[in-house]
Amino acid sequence: MRKSYNIEVDCANCANKMEEAAAKTAGVKAVTVNFMTLKMNVEFEEGSDEKAVMQEVLKNCKKVEDDCEIYL
Amino acid sequence: MNKKQKKMLVRIIITAVLVVLLHFAYEAFGEGEDAKIPSLCWAFIYLVPYFIIGWDILRKSFKGILNRQIFDENFLMSVATIGAFAIALYEGSGEYSEAVMVMLLYQIGELFQSYAVGKSRKNISELMDIRPDYANIEEDGELKQVYPDEVAIGTVIVVRPGEKIPIDGVIVEGDSSLNTSALTGESRPRDVICGDEVISGCINMTGVIKIKTEKEFGESTVSKILELVENSSSQKSSSENFITKFAKYYTPVVCICALTLALLPPLVLLILGKPPVFSNWVYRALTFLVISCPCALVISIPLSFFAGIGGASREGILVKGSNYLEALSKTGIVAFDKTGTMTMGIFEVSAIHHGTMESLSLLDYAAHAECFSSHPISRSIQKAWLDGLVWQIDVNTGEAIPVRTPESSKYKHSISRDRVSSVKELPGGGISAIVDDKKLLLGNTRLMKDNGISYKECEGDHGTVVHVAMDGEYVGHLVISDVIKPGSKEAISSLKKSGIRRSVMLTGDTKNVADEVAAEIGIDEVHSELLPEDKVNYVEQLLKEKRDKELLAFVGDGINDAPVLSRADIGIAMGALGSDAAIEAADIVLMDDDPRKISKAIRISRKCMRIVYENIWFAIGIKFICLILGALGFANMWLAIFADTGVMVLAVLNSIRALFVKRL
Repeated sequence: MRKSYNIEVDCANCANKMEEAAAKTAGVKAVTVNFMTLKMNVEFEEGSDEKAVMQEVLKNCKKVEDDCEIYL
Repeated sequence: MNKKQKKMLVRIIITAVLVVLLHFAYEAFGEGEDAKIPSLCWAFIYLVPYFIIGWDILRKSFKGILNRQIFDENFLMSVATIGAFAIALYEGSGEYSEAVMVMLLYQIGELFQSYAVGKSRKNISELMDIRPDYANIEEDGELKQVYPDEVAIGTVIVVRPGEKIPIDGVIVEGDSSLNTSALTGESRPRDVICGDEVISGCINMTGVIKIKTEKEFGESTVSKILELVENSSSQKSSSENFITKFAKYYTPVVCICALTLALLPPLVLLILGKPPVFSNWVYRALTFLVISCPCALVISIPLSFFAGIGGASREGILVKGSNYLEALSKTGIVAFDKTGTMTMGIFEVSAIHHGTMESLSLLDYAAHAECFSSHPISRSIQKAWLDGLVWQIDVNTGEAIPVRTPESSKYKHSISRDRVSSVKELPGGGISAIVDDKKLLLGNTRLMKDNGISYKECEGDHGTVVHVAMDGEYVGHLVISDVIKPGSKEAISSLKKSGIRRSVMLTGDTKNVADEVAAEIGIDEVHSELLPEDKVNYVEQLLKEKRDKELLAFVGDGINDAPVLSRADIGIAMGALGSDAAIEAADIVLMDDDPRKISKAIRISRKCMRIVYENIWFAIGIKFICLILGALGFANMWLAIFADTGVMVLAVLNSIRALFVKRL
């Protein structure tokens, strides 16, 4: 299961931090954050609830970069 | 500029004005023994512009501490500027303006970065914007605009001149010429008539056409391409990964150095019994913190790739990820498929041999005999007649070769089917027919043998041979061969010029044909009569033979070489316009079928990589020089802030150059 989300973030390094934080979230198999297109591509683990996982991802991203936003 | 950026600009202007006013005020009232306003008061006055420009940074760094993000750039900037304030206070020097200026310049740099990135993001997306906004449907004699994804398969849509074709389909009414430049980079218009297939993303230029849709919008070419372009650069290149890793270690290391710098030398001095000059060393350490932000590096690399991929797509070269762009720049060996890649995959009559009658009348009879067949070979014979080629006889060999002259159109012929009767298709693609009361027999060697006709073997043997007999007498044969693309020869020579060491052709065609094509276009090495799995084996072998740090690219038309495309380091599919299979299988997709685009793609990738390396070395270099100068006490915070934001600005501007690839 793959999904793409629009994101809002100001600096490229912050995008990398978001990627790292999102990758550590439970239920996320792989993730790439593309700073140039402002997109987050998430591959979920089998059987995980994507909505709940994305809430966690958002929370974790907010921790590393307060200014970021993921449009769920 | 968006709202956030405008707000920032206002804050910057207010702060800048305040700083200038305060500077004059300080000179008038603050200096010397008889200062009217004491030093401590100035500290509070300078806090006003400091908070105006830096409150959000302070707030973010506070939140960062709560989330245990101490290497956050906001936190580092806060520590550096507060430290500068403290030192000014401790020394009583009154140099409060430095902290404010550092914060101000940092914010100006950030604003510029966000503006430049936003602008280039917009520019590049606009370049790649081929998304149609609407489709026209005729209802009760009136045109109605609907969203393209609402149009069902089989609906007839109307496309007026100047509009984009929104969905793939077939023209059912009207004819026009199409501008395909957004898809292919090719500026010459393509003429279409009723019955032609057209693909979405082209712009209709001259006439109103009605199109019966054959796909849903989501499955149409334009959607496929957009999806591909949007997902490109999600595949990160090794340079991007390097810089991400570098950034991860760079900041903590510089911070630890800063801490050491603040503590160690004063302690050593103290032990040696000399004055420790704490404030001096702390100042040097704070300078380190300002330089420690990795943003300049991190931003410029993905921006360069994004611009490179954007520029390439403008030329009709779709790159599926920045890793492929990076790989392409290292190509040393290029392997090619023949049919459809180096040749058109279209058959043409290339010569008439041993004709006992005039070439043109031989062709006349042959074309009429074949006129009911739709086999590619038959059609090529009909076309040779219809096109009205002029046949020139080579005096030495008696061979007739077609010559295309500007007057060719004058000699256009036609086929009248009532001259033909009792057409019979024979096994092996042969045909017998009666044309103008003459009994004709056309086909291969076997057919001639079976009918006891003494034929002549074709000596050149570089194509398919069709023997012709009339009333039991041999009258000559036609040679039909695939046509080499006009750009093929140039493509190979320009590949060699751009440093491709080895070019190899892998084809399923016969040895004679393959060798001749290879010699004609200048390919060094040919392997012919290969089955698809043999091609994979040859590619494996080439992969083993390549040198260090050299990569192998395979170029095919994506129709039956998907396994090879995926096996090679870089798979390049060409002529992908409208072919989903090619778009799926390849790493790099050339939208039109011009082989010259291969070397262009390589040159684009090289330029992009050059810019990437320039940025890496420039940014890291300047930062290290500033770190060293800072440690030795030569660099103040002003220089440090230049090392941070100035370098970033220059790197961003340099990245944008990757977008300009038209003249490569």
